Amino acid sequence: MSFTFDFYDFTSFTQWVDVTLRGACSPFWAVLWEMVIVGVLFLAFYAVVGLYLVYAERKICAFIQNRVGPNRVGPYGFFQTIADLIKLLMKEIISIREADKLLFNLAPFIVIITSFLALAAIPFAKGLHPIDLNIGVFYVMAISSMGVVGILLAGWSSNSKYSLLGAMRSGAQIISYELSVGMSLIAICVLAGSMQLSTIVEGQRDLWFIFKGHIPAITAFIVYMIAATAETNRGPFDLAEAESELAAGFHTEYSGIKFAFFFLAEYMNMFIVASLAATIFWGGWMPLHIPGLESFNHVMDFIPPVLWYVGKTVVIILIMMWFKWTFPRLRIDQLLNLEWKFLLPISLVNILIMAFIVLMGWQIGL
Amino acid sequence: MREIFNYFKTIFFALKSLWTGMKVTSAYFFKPWKIVTQQYPENRKKLKMYERTKGELVMPHNEKNEHQCTACGICQINCPNGTIEVKSVTIETPDGKKKKVLDKYIYNLGMCTFCGLCVKVCPSDAIVFSNKFEHAVFNKEKLVKTLNKEGSTLKKGAE
Repeated sequence: MSFTFDFYDFTSFTQWVDVTLRGACSPFWAVLWEMVIVGVLFLAFYAVVGLYLVYAERKICAFIQNRVGPNRVGPYGFFQTIADLIKLLMKEIISIREADKLLFNLAPFIVIITSFLALAAIPFAKGLHPIDLNIGVFYVMAISSMGVVGILLAGWSSNSKYSLLGAMRSGAQIISYELSVGMSLIAICVLAGSMQLSTIVEGQRDLWFIFKGHIPAITAFIVYMIAATAETNRGPFDLAEAESELAAGFHTEYSGIKFAFFFLAEYMNMFIVASLAATIFWGGWMPLHIPGLESFNHVMDFIPPVLWYVGKTVVIILIMMWFKWTFPRLRIDQLLNLEWKFLLPISLVNILIMAFIVLMGWQIGL
Repeated sequence: MREIFNYFKTIFFALKSLWTGMKVTSAYFFKPWKIVTQQYPENRKKLKMYERTKGELVMPHNEKNEHQCTACGICQINCPNGTIEVKSVTIETPDGKKKKVLDKYIYNLGMCTFCGLCVKVCPSDAIVFSNKFEHAVFNKEKLVKTLNKEGSTLKKGAE
């Protein structure tokens, strides 16, 4: 077993914070303070990641289309999305007369809170893991599918036919693709023997699961990437907000900061989906270890786990953006065909093969 | 059996065609120096223009101050928004025939939509589009231009 770098381990630091707080005040207040600290950190993280994913998307789509992209605000347009956010903050929030006021105002918060909640279970590094639930994978799945409630409410309460159509499409899409996401994750849970995200990451100490699980793991990864792109309502599955047919789908009637909430939540969902893929398939913060190559493993250990985690997530986000700017949008019947005729049967058979491989003990690196 | 074979064939060809598209876009993505957008105000000195650019309508004159316009007025009839006005005068040729020649070719740039119908229909190729596109002026009267130069005549043999 290769020795680990305690230098990169955040456990002692977080425990020190916990012990200090518990020494300073009663356990109730200590927990409350911890929640406040984590919440504020996440708010900052959320804003920065959301804004810079928007910037990255605009730059990447520009390069793919042989354009320059935003380049006026700051060097290389680096502050463009901040300027956009300021603009959105100052815009008027239009209230629709015929809309269902309560639900109309509630919907963006449901969407953004669900993406916020899902972030809590993601392990960023060893010790930097807000909640290590023993059903982490299930929790992220359950929470991220709550977002569709917000989208349906937004479409319904806007009292506009385009919004309603968009919301209904989105509902049909997310309910179907949820299955494939779950099935592809189950295949890896079978391989890991656990649903706890920290155990899953630890299980990839010798080799990442995508290599460990032969072809079933690779199939599960491909199915997950397709289904996760559909889950986040991104192109080529963005028919819930198809600009050319439905104005903007479920958020047609929203303006100002409420629109920004939907916008940020979409990018944050993409980040969550990508970091889940990185954690489950590519080992999360675990460096690349290859059994038998001890010196190589030592070199990889020098790179901090946070960098590994961020790097993998960024690569997966890049792949998802690559999808979006390459493929044309699917029709609703093609979308459901793809799910029910192809992805679901494939992932069901895939679980079977994976279970067989695990039962026979044929994983690589065991 | 055949259905199962076709099922996997569909998957295979779908993945293959998707990969073809992704190869194209990734090739563009990894070649940022092939960007076609021109950063206009900065690169004004070495701006690369293309022949097909429709900047404004001009009437080419040769070195003897001759143009090719016979003042037939077809361009004026074809212009969808009345941009062109061909003013002609009737003169008498030395052999006693009456003939219509161009007096003033008035082109209102402010009304032009650059559709190119006038150039397309011109029977004697008297007018073309030039690449000059910086037309901003402070007074819209300045946009009304006379295209034929002072004292220009019809090129011999152009009618």
